[in-house]
Amino acid sequence: MSVDRKTVAKIASLARISMSEEELDTMVPELNNILNWVEQLGEVDVSGVEPMTAVIPQRLRLREDEMNADPLTGGGVRDKVLANAPAAEHGFFAVPKVIE
Amino acid sequence: MRTLVHGYAAPPVAAQAITGVTPRGFTRLAWPGIALIAGCMSTYRIHGATSEWEVVIGLEVHAQVTSNAKLFSSASTAFGAEPNTQVSLIDAAMPGMLPVPNRECIRQAVRTGMAIDAQINRWSRFDRKNYFYADLPQGYQISQLYHPLVGEGSLMIEADEKAGIPEDKVIGIERIHVEQDAGKLMHDQHPTMSYVDLNRSGVALMEIVSRPDMTSPAEAGAYLRKLRAILRYVGSCDGNMEEGSMRADVNVSVRRPGEELGTRTETKNVNSVRFVMAAIEHEARRQVDVIEDGGSIVQETRLFDPGTGTTRSMRSKEDAHDYRYFPDPDLLPLELEEEFLDECRASLPELPDAKRRRYEQDLGLSPYNAAVLTAEVETARWFERLLGETAKAQDKQPADVAKQAANWLISDLFGALNKAGLELDNSPVTPEKGGELLALVGAGTISGSISKQVLETMIETGDNAAAIVDREGLKQESDTGAIEAKIDEVMAANPDKVAEYRGGKDKLFGFFVGQTMKAMQGKGNPQVVNELLKQKLG
Repeated sequence: MSVDRKTVAKIASLARISMSEEELDTMVPELNNILNWVEQLGEVDVSGVEPMTAVIPQRLRLREDEMNADPLTGGGVRDKVLANAPAAEHGFFAVPKVIE
Repeated sequence: MRTLVHGYAAPPVAAQAITGVTPRGFTRLAWPGIALIAGCMSTYRIHGATSEWEVVIGLEVHAQVTSNAKLFSSASTAFGAEPNTQVSLIDAAMPGMLPVPNRECIRQAVRTGMAIDAQINRWSRFDRKNYFYADLPQGYQISQLYHPLVGEGSLMIEADEKAGIPEDKVIGIERIHVEQDAGKLMHDQHPTMSYVDLNRSGVALMEIVSRPDMTSPAEAGAYLRKLRAILRYVGSCDGNMEEGSMRADVNVSVRRPGEELGTRTETKNVNSVRFVMAAIEHEARRQVDVIEDGGSIVQETRLFDPGTGTTRSMRSKEDAHDYRYFPDPDLLPLELEEEFLDECRASLPELPDAKRRRYEQDLGLSPYNAAVLTAEVETARWFERLLGETAKAQDKQPADVAKQAANWLISDLFGALNKAGLELDNSPVTPEKGGELLALVGAGTISGSISKQVLETMIETGDNAAAIVDREGLKQESDTGAIEAKIDEVMAANPDKVAEYRGGKDKLFGFFVGQTMKAMQGKGNPQVVNELLKQKLG
C-alpha cells in the first residue's frame, strides 16, 4: 500500500492540517515508509487467530446510570469547561459564525 | 488478507459463534414474505409527465435514550438547563479524559432491539466517526459502524385503507447502534459569532435504521408512529419530537415501476411525523421533475424547511462524508453476558401488537377499539386500570366489562376531556372514579345518557359519581307505576299520533319514547319505558 501526493493533501485537509508544497514533498515518502514498514505485519499468517483487543485479558467495564457520580465525569463545571475557550459569552462557547 | 492494520477486523471467531442470539420467548410473528407482497401492492404513485413513478423510502431515526446520565460521562441529560451546565470534562473533550459506557444506555438499546424482534449482538464495538464541526468538541463522534449492538429486526404497520395502506405490512429494520449526540449551535444570537451549548454533547442516541421498505408517505408516517409507540412502551425513549428526542433522516428515491432503484437523497433531522411525510412528498416530486427534465439525481444531503414544506441542498463539500471510521482505541469491545440479556428480556412489557391481539381475542374488543387503546402506552395503562376498577366495582370478570369500559373511555371520556381542553394524563376523573360511574350504569342506577351528564359534572367538580347522582337527583326511574303515569300523560297529549301509530305508522314509536323520556327528564329506565310503551300503544 502506498499513498500519492494528492491523497496526502486530502488527508491533511480532512484533518485541518495546513501543508505547504515543500512539506508535502517530504511527507509523501515518509508516510510511504511507515506504511511499508507496517505492511510487513501482513507476512505473518494469522488465519484462525482472534484479533487482540487488549494486552492483558480484560473486558469493557460499564458505569451505573448515576448523575454527577464524581467531579471528574459529572457536569456543573461550566467555568472549568469554558476556561480555555478563546471566546465565551453568556455561558456559551462563541465561535466564528458557521452556518450552512 | 486480514485488514487488521486498518482496524476493521471481524469479531473474534469464538465471539462470532455466540453473536446473533435470537431472543428467546419472542416468537417471530412477522412472515418475511409479507413485506415483498405488500410492497408490490402499494398504490402510491407520482404522476409524472412521461410516466408513473414509485417512491422508495428508508428512515434513519435518532432516538434519545432515556437515562439520567450521558452515554460516556455522568453529566445530566435533563432537557432545558442553562447552557453548558451539564457538560463534564469528558463531554468537553478535555485531553486525557476517558469514556466509560453507561450500562443503562446499553440496556435500553438491547431492550429496544428485543422489542423489534431483532438479533442482539453479544459482541459489538465502538468506532470513531471523524469530522470537524463546532458542535463536536472531540473532533469525532463515538458511534458503531462495523459491529452494531443490534442487528436485523422488523416492525409491523397496520392496514389503513383511508391512508392507502391496503394491508398490514412488515418493515425491516437493518440495525440499531448507540452513539453520542452532538452539541447545539445557535446562529441568531450574535452578528458574527455562533454560540455553542454542549449540554446535549455526549447524550446517548439510538440510531434505528430501517430497510428501504416503505413506498408512500403514509407508510413512512405509520412506521414512525409505530416505532415511537414501541419506544415508549419499552421506556427506552420518551419519543418527544418537539424536544428533539426523536428525529429522522429521510432517504428517498424514485423509479418507474419495476426498474432498478434510483439514486437517493437524504433529508436530515426532520422532527415530526407530518414533516417527514411532507418532506417525502416534496422530495419525490422534485426528483421526478428533475429526471423528466432530462437531469439526474445527485446523491446528497438535503434540509427540510417546515415553513415552505420543501427541501433544499446543503451544498456540502464533496469530501464531507469521508469520515475515516476506525475502532475507538479508548474503548474495548462491548461483550454482553447471558444474565444481562435475561434481565433485558424479562423487563420488557407487553408490546402494542401483543396487547392489541389480547384485547381483541381475550377481551372481545372491536379491532378499532383495540387499536385506539393500544396506540399509546398511557392510554393502554389507563384502560387497564379502568378495567380493573370497573370489574371490581361490579364484582365481575374484566372480560365481562371490557366492552363497556372501552366504549366509555373512547367515546365518553375522550369526548368530555376534549371538550374541557384536557388530556388523559391530567384528567380529574381517575380510573377508580370511572369504574364507580360505570358500576352505576351497570347496576341500572343511572342510564347511559345520564352518565354522560354525570361525567361532565365529575370533570368540572372532581366529585365522585354517586355523590353527583344523589345531589342532582339523577337516579334512574324503573318504577313501572311512575313510568306508566308519564306515558298516560304523553298519550293523552297526543291523541292524533296515537291514532296514526295504531293505524300502522310504526316509526312513531321513537317519538313516544322521546316524549316519555323528556317528561321524565331523561331518568326513565329505557328498557322499562320501551316495554310499557309497547303494551300501552299495542
